[in-house]
Amino acid sequence: MLLRALLFAVAGVTALVAPANSQILTVDHPGQYTQEDIARGGLFYNAQCFQCHGRDGDQISGIDLRRGLFRRSQSDEDLAQTITRGSPGGMPAFKLEPAELTGIVAFIRAGFDTSASVRVGDAARGRALFQGKGECASCHRVAGQGPRVAPDLSDIGIARAPAVLERSVRDPSSALLPINRPVRIVMRDGKTIRGRRLNEDTQTVQVIDDRERLVSIIKKDVRSFDVAKESAMPAYSDKLSNDEIADVVAYLLTLRKQ
Amino acid sequence: MKRTSLLASLILVVLSLRGDAQVTSDRLLKAADEPQNWITYSGGYASQRHSLLTQITPANVKNLELKWILPNQVFGAWQSTPIVVDGIMYVTQRPNDVLAVDAKTGRVFWQYRYNVSADARVCCGANNRGVAILGDTLYTGTLDGHLVALDRTTGRSLWDVAVGDPKLGYSITMAPLVVKDKVLVGTGGGEYGIRGFIAAFDAKAGKELWRVYTIPGPGEKGNETWSGDSWKSGGASVWVTPSYDPVLNLTYWGVGNPGPDFNPAQRMGDNLYTDSVLALDPDTGALKWYFQFSPHDPYDYDSVQVGVLADITWKGTPTKAILWGNRNGFFYVLDRTNGKFLSAMPFVKVNWASGIDDKGRPIPTPQPDGQPTWPGVQGGTNWYSPSYSPRTGLFYLSAWDGYASIFKPESSQYVPGRNFLGGGATPYAQVQGAPGVRVGRATPINTWTDAAGNGAVIAIDPVTGQKKWTFKQFDVTDSGNLTTATDLLFTGGREGYFYALDARTGAELWKASLGGQIANGPMTYAVDGKQYVAVISGNSLITFALRD
Repeated sequence: MLLRALLFAVAGVTALVAPANSQILTVDHPGQYTQEDIARGGLFYNAQCFQCHGRDGDQISGIDLRRGLFRRSQSDEDLAQTITRGSPGGMPAFKLEPAELTGIVAFIRAGFDTSASVRVGDAARGRALFQGKGECASCHRVAGQGPRVAPDLSDIGIARAPAVLERSVRDPSSALLPINRPVRIVMRDGKTIRGRRLNEDTQTVQVIDDRERLVSIIKKDVRSFDVAKESAMPAYSDKLSNDEIADVVAYLLTLRKQ
Repeated sequence: MKRTSLLASLILVVLSLRGDAQVTSDRLLKAADEPQNWITYSGGYASQRHSLLTQITPANVKNLELKWILPNQVFGAWQSTPIVVDGIMYVTQRPNDVLAVDAKTGRVFWQYRYNVSADARVCCGANNRGVAILGDTLYTGTLDGHLVALDRTTGRSLWDVAVGDPKLGYSITMAPLVVKDKVLVGTGGGEYGIRGFIAAFDAKAGKELWRVYTIPGPGEKGNETWSGDSWKSGGASVWVTPSYDPVLNLTYWGVGNPGPDFNPAQRMGDNLYTDSVLALDPDTGALKWYFQFSPHDPYDYDSVQVGVLADITWKGTPTKAILWGNRNGFFYVLDRTNGKFLSAMPFVKVNWASGIDDKGRPIPTPQPDGQPTWPGVQGGTNWYSPSYSPRTGLFYLSAWDGYASIFKPESSQYVPGRNFLGGGATPYAQVQGAPGVRVGRATPINTWTDAAGNGAVIAIDPVTGQKKWTFKQFDVTDSGNLTTATDLLFTGGREGYFYALDARTGAELWKASLGGQIANGPMTYAVDGKQYVAVISGNSLITFALRD
C-alpha cells in the first residue's frame, strides 16, 4: 500500500508538468535526395510550377527556387507547407500525392538538375502501340487489366520521369531497378521458384512468382539464389521507331492513377 | 517469506526514490563495480559498451523472451540509449521528453515534457540520445539548445539554462556527460553555420563554468587554418557523448563537419578542429591535444563517433589507446595520453583517400565531377555506438560498405539560422534513376538493395587493424553494439532484426524480428538478479530476459 500511495503521488506531480508538445517532423539530411525523387519532382514542376516560377525558378521577385532563395521557407517542411497551403494573397495551395510532394522538394533542393531531355509524342498512338504492336500489355498491367508478372504501370507517369521511361523502353536492363530484378531460387528440397523480386532483407526475400503468387522465402532454406541483372523485357530500340518510342513515352506519362 | 521479500523490495524502492542511493561521482567512476546498472550513455566512462553481466550466455541466449514493450507516441527514429539506476530506467523520447520507467515491468513512473521553441532548427530530425545522472538529478539537452536538470524522483525541472541560440541553429541532441561536479555538453548545428562549442555547467545550479569553441578565434592557435572570416560560420558541431579517462583526467570529444559542408573552397585551410578528436581537461576546458582525421573536408565526414578507451599492447608496449572507427571509412588507433597517431586501416570501400600517411594525415584522391565517392555522405560508419571487449580484444562497429555519394559543391552564402551547405550530395545508385540509400528507413521495402551498399558489423583487432570477422546485413545499419562478459554481441539494423552474435566468431546465435529500425545502442542491466537486454526498434523500447 505504501508503494501504491507513493506511485499515485508521483503520477499526480507528473500531470502538473506536462505542457503541450511542439511537434517537429522528421527530415532527411538536407542536400540528399534520390535521383528518382528529383526526376519525379522535375516532372511535376514543369507541369504545375513552371508557369509562375519560370524555367529557372527565378521569375517571381525575391524568390530563386533553383538557388534556394525563398521568402519564408527554410526547412524542407517549410517548403512542403508552402506548396500544400499556399501563401496569403500569392501562391495557391496545391493538392499533391505524397510522392509528388517529396519529389518537388527534392527537385528544388537539387537545383532543378534532372539532366532530362526527352521527346514526348502522341499518347493515343502510344496507347495503341502499348496494346498492339509493342505487346507491352502482354506482361504489364494497367488500371486492373493485364498480367501481373511485370511491374504494374498504372501510376508510372507519376513514378518515373520521361527520360527514365524512354530508357526503360529502349534498353530495359539499363533502367531496371535493382529491386525488380528477376530471381531464380532453388530450395533445399529441390523446388525452383522463378519470379520478380519485391523486397529483400538479410534473412528473407519476397517475390511474385511466374504464376503471379506472392512468395516469401527464408534464405536459410535456400540452396541457390540467383539475381539476374538483365531484364526479362526485350529492348525496343530496334523494335520500334524513334517516333513510336516517343508515342509510348507519351502514353506512359498519362498513367497517373495511384 | 513472500511477505518479507515484498516488504524488503518496497523499502528498497522507497529508499531509492527518496534518493538514499544517490549516484555519486564516485559511483560513476566505478560503474564497472555495479554491472546491474547502466549509468552513463556508453555504459561507463571508457565507452566500451561492455557489460560484466554473465547470466545470458551463448548457451542459453536462445531462451531469451520478450518481457515488456514501452511504445513511443512520437514517430521518427528513436536514437536514445536508456540509463538504468537501481531498477529505474530513464529514457528520452522525441522531441525532448524524459520518462522514468520501472525497468522490470516497463510501467512509467513519470513523464517530463519539454516545450521546444518554434525557433529550433535541426538538420536531421528531432533526435535526442539520452540523459546523464548525478546525485538525484538527471540532465538532458534540448533541440532549442537548452540544458535542463530534472529531479529524478518527480520529473520536475530544477533548472533550465540556454546553452546555444536556436535562432543561429544551435541545438543539443547528445546525452550530456557528468564528470565530478560538472555537466558537460556540446552543441549541434553543423549544417547551419554555427561556431560549435563545448561547455561545462555546475551540476547543482546550472551556472556555466567554462566554454571552449571547437573553432579557434583570432589570435588562438588554429585560427589560421581558416581563410578570411570563414571560421565564424565553420560548423564544428558536437553531438555525441565523449569518453573520459579519470587517471589522465581527460575527456575525448568527437567534432563534426566544417561548414559549408560540401564547398571547401569557401573555407580554405585545414579547418581546425572540425572532424577531429579534442582531449579536454574537464575541470578547466583546457585543450591537452587534438588529432584531425579529415582536414579540409568536402564530404561531411563528422568525427562524432564515440572514441573507445582501451588499454592494449601496442608493439609489445602496454598502451593507453583510444580506438576510433571514423565516418571517413578508416579505423584509427591513437595514444590517448598525447594524441599520437599509431595506425589507420580502411574498414569499408574508400576512394576519397589512397591511404593515411605515417603522421595520420590522409592522402586525398578527389574524384572527378559527377563520379561517386566512397564512403558516401553518411560515411563508413557514423554516430552508431561501437563496443570493445577486453576479453576478446576486439573492437566492434556498425558499417556501411559499398555505399557512395556524388558530391556537388556550390557557393552558398551564410544567413544566420539557415542551412549552410555549399551544395549537396546524392546517394549513388548503380542503375541510373534507381533509389540510393536514405538517411533513415522511410519504407518497409528495400528498393535500393545491396546494389547501393550494405550494412555490417565488423570486428577489428586494434593491434593489427585487420578485420577478424564481418557479419553482413542486406540493408545498412544504424544500430549501436553491446558486448558482454559471456562473449555475446548484441546488435540490430534497419531491417528490425535484433541479433545476439558470438563476439569471437560473428556467428548468429539468436535473433528476434522486431520490425522497426534499430537506431540506438542496445544496453543491458539487472533487477533482482535477473539480466535484461533492452533495445529500441521503430517506436518501441523492447526488453528481453531469459525465460522464467
